[in-house]
Amino acid sequence: MQLIFDKSRPGRRAITWDNLDVTEKTGLPAECLRMVPPALPELGELDVVRHFTRLSQRNVGIDDTFYPLGSCTMKYNPKIAEVAAAQPGFAGLHPHLSSSESYWETCQGALELVYELERLLAEIAGMEASSLQPIAGAHGELTGALLMAAYHRDRGHAHKDTIIVPDSAHGTNPASAVVAGFKVVEVPSDANGQINLDKFRAAMTDNVAGIMLTCPNTHGLFEEQVQEIAKAAHAVDALLYYDGANLNAIIGQCRPGDLGFDVMHYNLHKTFATPHGMGGPGCGPVGVAKRLVPYLPGPRVVKRDAGFALVIPEKSIGRVAAFFGNFLIAVRAYAYLRYYGDEGLKDISRVAVLNANYIHARLKEAFKPAFDGRFMHECLFSAVPQAEHGVHAMDIAKALLDYGFHAPTVYFPLTVKECLMIEPTETESKETLDQFCDAMLDIAERAIHDPEALQTAPTSTPVGRLDEVRAARELNCACL
Amino acid sequence: MSWIPATDADRQEMLEVIGVDSIDDLFTSIPPSLRMKGWNMPPGMSEMNVRRHLSELAARNQAGAVSFLGGGYYDHYIPAAVDALSSRSEFYTAYTPYQPECSQGTLQSIYEYQSVMCRLTGLDYANASLYDGGTAVFEAAMMAMRITRRRRIVVHKSVNPRYREMLATHSAHVDAEIVNGKDPKDAACVIVQNPGFLGTVRDFGYLSERCRAAGALLVVVFYPISLGLLKTPGEMGADISVAEGQSLGLPLGFGGPYLGVMTVRKEHVRKMPGRIAGMTYDREGRRGFVLTLQAREQHIRREKAMSNICSNQALCALRALIYLSLLGPSGLREVAAACHAKAEHLKQQLAFAETLNNGPTFNEFAVRLKKDARQVVRILLQRGIHAGLPLADVGAGEANDLLIAVTEKRTRAELDALAQALEEVSCS
Amino acid sequence: MQPANLKYTRDHEWIGQDGAQYVVGITEFAQNQLGDITYVELPQVGRQVQQHEETAVVESVKAASDIYAPVAGTVAAVNEALESKPELVNKDPYGAGWFFKLEDIETSQLSALMDEAAYRTFLAEESH
Repeated sequence: MQLIFDKSRPGRRAITWDNLDVTEKTGLPAECLRMVPPALPELGELDVVRHFTRLSQRNVGIDDTFYPLGSCTMKYNPKIAEVAAAQPGFAGLHPHLSSSESYWETCQGALELVYELERLLAEIAGMEASSLQPIAGAHGELTGALLMAAYHRDRGHAHKDTIIVPDSAHGTNPASAVVAGFKVVEVPSDANGQINLDKFRAAMTDNVAGIMLTCPNTHGLFEEQVQEIAKAAHAVDALLYYDGANLNAIIGQCRPGDLGFDVMHYNLHKTFATPHGMGGPGCGPVGVAKRLVPYLPGPRVVKRDAGFALVIPEKSIGRVAAFFGNFLIAVRAYAYLRYYGDEGLKDISRVAVLNANYIHARLKEAFKPAFDGRFMHECLFSAVPQAEHGVHAMDIAKALLDYGFHAPTVYFPLTVKECLMIEPTETESKETLDQFCDAMLDIAERAIHDPEALQTAPTSTPVGRLDEVRAARELNCACL
Repeated sequence: MSWIPATDADRQEMLEVIGVDSIDDLFTSIPPSLRMKGWNMPPGMSEMNVRRHLSELAARNQAGAVSFLGGGYYDHYIPAAVDALSSRSEFYTAYTPYQPECSQGTLQSIYEYQSVMCRLTGLDYANASLYDGGTAVFEAAMMAMRITRRRRIVVHKSVNPRYREMLATHSAHVDAEIVNGKDPKDAACVIVQNPGFLGTVRDFGYLSERCRAAGALLVVVFYPISLGLLKTPGEMGADISVAEGQSLGLPLGFGGPYLGVMTVRKEHVRKMPGRIAGMTYDREGRRGFVLTLQAREQHIRREKAMSNICSNQALCALRALIYLSLLGPSGLREVAAACHAKAEHLKQQLAFAETLNNGPTFNEFAVRLKKDARQVVRILLQRGIHAGLPLADVGAGEANDLLIAVTEKRTRAELDALAQALEEVSCS
Repeated sequence: MQPANLKYTRDHEWIGQDGAQYVVGITEFAQNQLGDITYVELPQVGRQVQQHEETAVVESVKAASDIYAPVAGTVAAVNEALESKPELVNKDPYGAGWFFKLEDIETSQLSALMDEAAYRTFLAEESH
């Protein structure tokens, strides 16, 4: 398919403006002006519409097909949430209306939404309070790490410079800790996919500022020693951080705050169904236990008799976003949350876990489960037996594309060889799960009898497997 | 629940295949003492009621006023095709292009976005997007520290105070020193903004020479629409340029989602944070696109990554690409010229107030009124006008100072009405 | 360089004498593990490095590895050919794919490294 620049024709245009109703001015000196106009494409509106419509047809989203990407919670994105966020009363609202008290009366509805959503998110996780400021999950981690740093600095714990992460953690955990200024110590998992408690205890020195855990962890297993971990952490005043990537497994069943976690982030684009948008925008609010509330990013929305107002917490770490983070994403999550309410939210985790266990039950003979324990919202297999026939996890992923499905997450976590990580979510029907399992079983058969065909998949997509080495060596990243 | 399709019969059949009696049996790995005792959660609502509730909340916001608010975020016209195309679900319900064969729409659009940003700014490489303008400034500063192995970040007075505050928050616990000014000596970078926060247009070309001589990088924060007219970061000799991309077809949305733009000089590409799409070919010689240079990123390099960024603002980057494709070079020049001309007209009408800019301005300028700007704003609110940003409230001026922005959406009648109202209110 | 004449580290680097200087590269095993190499970041000539200090970086599509200095010394030269042809590391890891040369090295550290036979044993143990 052509690039948009190939379709450009000099003089063609898609948009015209009103004639200027003031005198055209050039109050700008020549040295401040650009020398040549930017080489943007020149197109008619229909050219643009066709180009992007065709591009969209070279994509696959949840609205097209099952998208069982483990750790990403690719659930259906309800349309009502889009309608709610598109309302001019939200979409057209200038953010600086929050910057001056003189304008607060003009954004009371938006401030109420922020206030209510922060309150509900805190309640869901058993936290004291939350902040919508962090813009994405990794940004929430970074904010959480900054909160931990501020807490320890305030208490004079200058020696607490280390964050512990398990080897099964998302790569963002160690990266966020380092960006915040911490050192990272990695603790291994044991053969059952749980954190190795002995190694953890050995790493748990007085220098530890915090521990970042995902629970259930990225092996899809509930971290059963979480109470012991929390106890060991709190004994040296280290804080326990909850990576909310897998909150969908436990929402309404147990709460991070009740498990002993002190600080966490939520992924509104996972648990609360806001669209993933090809990789963003997401939204990664942080939640905190009582002792971290004074450090939250400011300003925060408070409720007063006269209406909603903004205050800066006494020991606030400051702003991590210019305003309230990805507000229009928060609007979508709020609509979703209010739709489900008490009983509905509890059913999310029940069916998410049911669906994952159903897939596990149907596939466990043909594929090697990565662990023996009870999987929660996602199930992990190792394609090592298939790899002996020359069919690797990547080949299985590519083959699935030819069956009309998106692939699961592969090669993550790094602790499982030839890993296939399947997360169905609660929004898929039994028929879809059965079709997917049938495809996987067919692939398992073919891996034995016809491995070559799988190694050349996919054949039904707009392009076949692409040469990533050439991309990295030639580095053509812009058409200039 | 309509978004959970499993019927009771489905659940029963699935439990039988799994070999357990109830769904509760699937949660036995959670120690019973840790199970939730109860929560304070409202009951669910029908879709109709959700819609009604959200409409009521939206109705309590005054988004329809005649607005002169700017301060880094601008009320520009968004062509209808931007919404129509970016709301195609193949785009918005897809995820990160981990499987490039079924994500060519995403990947080609990122490649085209990167191309457009390079062409706009006059630099060599762009990433697929960062979160927003403020975090992009922070990422640029960290990148400069990696490249120069220095720890001093020099921030010029022109930089948006919100960005400074975010820079300070994010770097509070790393070994960095943030100083004000523009002296590149021993610095990792000097960060400047054009137009400056108060709207003043400058040519920072002279600084690039000084930075180069001192071994520091020049980071230029720009306002994308202004580049329809103004000198580019590339022409000024910037090493890194960053921007808040909201003005490129994104709604104001009370603060987000927005778009962090970053473009860099060729020699710095491997130290750049964020995803990058690159062109390549499949075995049959068909052109395609993949995420490339991934070894910089957190999912591979973990604690040694260039940044912790994972998801970005891809859908917002798509909107910016569509917006710029619809405008083209002449459309962008015209919208920039209209913003400038209208702002100049308003400035002329406001001759009674002292202008605080000590140079030319683009579409925004600061005035010192004869009354407290906050009071003036309150009075003008009653007339359906959002008169501007009281600078004292963002720590960038005194009580009587007001920052006024003008976009192509404002008519001459609205400009004159603001001028008249300000004269009446602030001089009475 | 002849693999038999080199010394080896547990990080799969090799070091061998070339006149007054010592050449450093990665082993056949290491290049094979990394896969197609797409980029090599080399140190500045003249930089003094400690043993085990991160001195260069090698990247493939799916991995990035630090190259550590096998012994303390001063960087005397770097293999500039790798900037445009990183694939040399895959094709000829003991020859054209060398990374950098050290001089004024800590010779006691050198003699403590593994010889070829010891490295082979180490590889065999590691694969279990």
